[in-house]
Amino acid sequence: MSDTALREILDSHGSESGSLVPVLQEIQGKYGYLPAEAMIEVAKRLRVDEATVYSVATFYAQFKLVPTGKHQVKVCCGTACHVRGGSKILDAAERELGIGAGATTEDREYSLDRVACFGSCALAPVVVVDKDVYGRMTPSRVKSVLDDSVRGGQQE
Amino acid sequence: MTFAEIKQRSLSRWETKQRTDKVRIIVGAGTCGQAAGARAVLRAIQASLAKHNLDASITQVGCIGLCYAEPLMDVVKPGQPRLCYGNVTPENAAQIIEDYLLRDNPRPDLALGTLGEGNIPGIPSLKDHPVLGPQVRIALRNCGNLDPRDIDGYIANGAYSGLVRALSMKPEAVIAEIKESGLRGRGGAGFPTGLKWEACRNAPGQPKYLVCNADEGDPGAFMNRALLEGDPHAVLEGMLIGAHAVGAREGYIYVRAEYPLAIEHLNTALAQMHDYGLVGDNIVGSGLSFHLKIKEGAGAFVCGEETALLASIEGKPGIPRVRPPFPAQAGLWGKPTVINNVETWGHVSAIMQKGASWFGGYGARTSKGTKTFSLVGKVARTGLIEVPMGMTLRQIVYDIGGGTSSGKPLKAVQTGGPSGGCLPASLLDLSVDYDSLAQAGAIMGSGGMIVADEDTCMVDLARYFLTFTQSESCGKCVPCRLGTRQMLMILEDITAGRGTPESMELLAELAESVKAGSLCGLGQTTPNPVLTTLRYFRDEYEAHIREKRCPALVCKDLIQYYIQPEKCRACMICLRNCPVEAISGGKRQVHVIDQSRCTKCGTCMDVCPEKFSAVTKLSGQPIPAATPAERSVWQLG
Repeated sequence: MSDTALREILDSHGSESGSLVPVLQEIQGKYGYLPAEAMIEVAKRLRVDEATVYSVATFYAQFKLVPTGKHQVKVCCGTACHVRGGSKILDAAERELGIGAGATTEDREYSLDRVACFGSCALAPVVVVDKDVYGRMTPSRVKSVLDDSVRGGQQE
Repeated sequence: MTFAEIKQRSLSRWETKQRTDKVRIIVGAGTCGQAAGARAVLRAIQASLAKHNLDASITQVGCIGLCYAEPLMDVVKPGQPRLCYGNVTPENAAQIIEDYLLRDNPRPDLALGTLGEGNIPGIPSLKDHPVLGPQVRIALRNCGNLDPRDIDGYIANGAYSGLVRALSMKPEAVIAEIKESGLRGRGGAGFPTGLKWEACRNAPGQPKYLVCNADEGDPGAFMNRALLEGDPHAVLEGMLIGAHAVGAREGYIYVRAEYPLAIEHLNTALAQMHDYGLVGDNIVGSGLSFHLKIKEGAGAFVCGEETALLASIEGKPGIPRVRPPFPAQAGLWGKPTVINNVETWGHVSAIMQKGASWFGGYGARTSKGTKTFSLVGKVARTGLIEVPMGMTLRQIVYDIGGGTSSGKPLKAVQTGGPSGGCLPASLLDLSVDYDSLAQAGAIMGSGGMIVADEDTCMVDLARYFLTFTQSESCGKCVPCRLGTRQMLMILEDITAGRGTPESMELLAELAESVKAGSLCGLGQTTPNPVLTTLRYFRDEYEAHIREKRCPALVCKDLIQYYIQPEKCRACMICLRNCPVEAISGGKRQVHVIDQSRCTKCGTCMDVCPEKFSAVTKLSGQPIPAATPAERSVWQLG
């Protein structure tokens, strides 16, 4: 973790407590997770307790306290996806990656998460890999979608 | 610059674009369009235009709501109506370009219909389309028509004229007009918007704040995403009108982080508004100053609750607090705050553009105007729709949605997300308005409408919602934190075949306690899916509990996959695809699933060729033992 990058993020925000969430979001955007040292630094700069930073970091699902994989695989488990077989897509992704939801592969290539809803319900079930949204998924399409991400994004 | 001058400039810019002799190609590139493959279609269009050396402008627009037909592509030839094509692939996009532009063949076989004035022989008008015909698009008036990255198009089409009208009126008169329109909050609870504004205006304390609640967390709902992606100006204009009416100088738009395209379009719109003097200090010379900030959510469903959302903007965990005082008295940083939903703000701008009586002319007695819904699940024509309140569920699901996607009987319609209820087919003639839905035990909610057919297990659906709300409970109120957990455990027991006859009563009792003992809307409404399924689908609970049977063949612990020997053609496909090698058999030998190894992933059923359809699910009955004859060689032909 480079101190300058962290300092730049902290400098670009004011020191009011309302900045806490956006600051943490930016740190996570930069590092992929919230390193403990960074959270301590944030507490100092925004003049709040370390416990406050930690409580915010653990309250919101977006924040990760451990490093995540290079590619973020998110399987939508919203209602529309659920009634159209989203759990089977999740099963297939778990099988394909060999990890459960919420985990990261050993080679740090993929993190797998279940997400409540992407709002692409009309195309349920949906999988999102990094920034690409894949609709009308089937369990057998999961592998090709994962391969896609290695090739650098949505090809179809 | 005065607004008249801005409008003049936008009009001429926009008209120049419209009047061009060039062909215009319009591609629906909202999140849904992109998920369906709009980007590949876009590339194919560009390649085809280049190949034939054709000059055409390409515009990317938001969602027109025909989600089932995504990706959508429209072609407008000069002097011709806009021709809309659905389910476009890269291949047929290129073909359409060649046929229509080079050979003047509009391809009626691929076209959905025409939009706007004029007609093309052999192609219907989309006005008569079953999805668009019954709709009244007020909040969604520009979605799918204009390029959300170009403010001129919006101003040329009437945007900000409502603001100008409001600015010519006293703030009290604006509030009176919103009250007269009958507008109620579109976030779900349905509180009268004008009353909320008045309370905030009259509350002591400065400064006052406005907040747009764009934390659309209900799974199965995407109306707000589509509106922000397709017409951010409708929402932003509404907020400016609110700022004038309430006397606020600062506002926040709280958007969930899962909506990156909505955030991008909001940022673009705000930057263009700054350039035009439509936000910031002394807006269009009127003396009104209003500053807007975008706050990204961080993934907490409870932040859709207004007091939790305010806490989140303040940089705290999103934990609700007791009301009263309501945010209109003491909201953001303890100051009077109006917080309205995206769609509400979108309606506000329309009301100020066209008047309260025009808006009040639509809708039902106590639910005026229109409501947007995301019509999804097992419905043939999924989509984003906006209809006058008071339409029946049947009209929405059958006339607009085309019935179930499977053709099987409809079982339920779920409204209002995890806070709502599951309404049975017998209530299809229910009028969709705030009061009728509440009476039936559901809620309007923000507008998610999920259709379930026979293959949906209602006990599993209740369990699904509880899984969601239990993990999203902020934990402040014990009945919600622990009650939802206990309810979930009971539902897990029932769906796993461990339910007892007492389970249902205990579940109902817990549900009532959670409802009564929780501070915020999340806890108070979390039991609704359980209570409504207990009320309307009791027989399904009983089948799970007494017969250990899942009638919809969904609950994994109660079903078994079975290959019907008389249908199996020993093609080896399921056998090769089974991830746990639980299927035995061989060439010319009927395949059999070893139930002790089967993980019930359903792969065999998915891959079994449709013409054989040999794999079936059984529940509540033993798997027939394979006879030696069946196990032996299968006779070819």
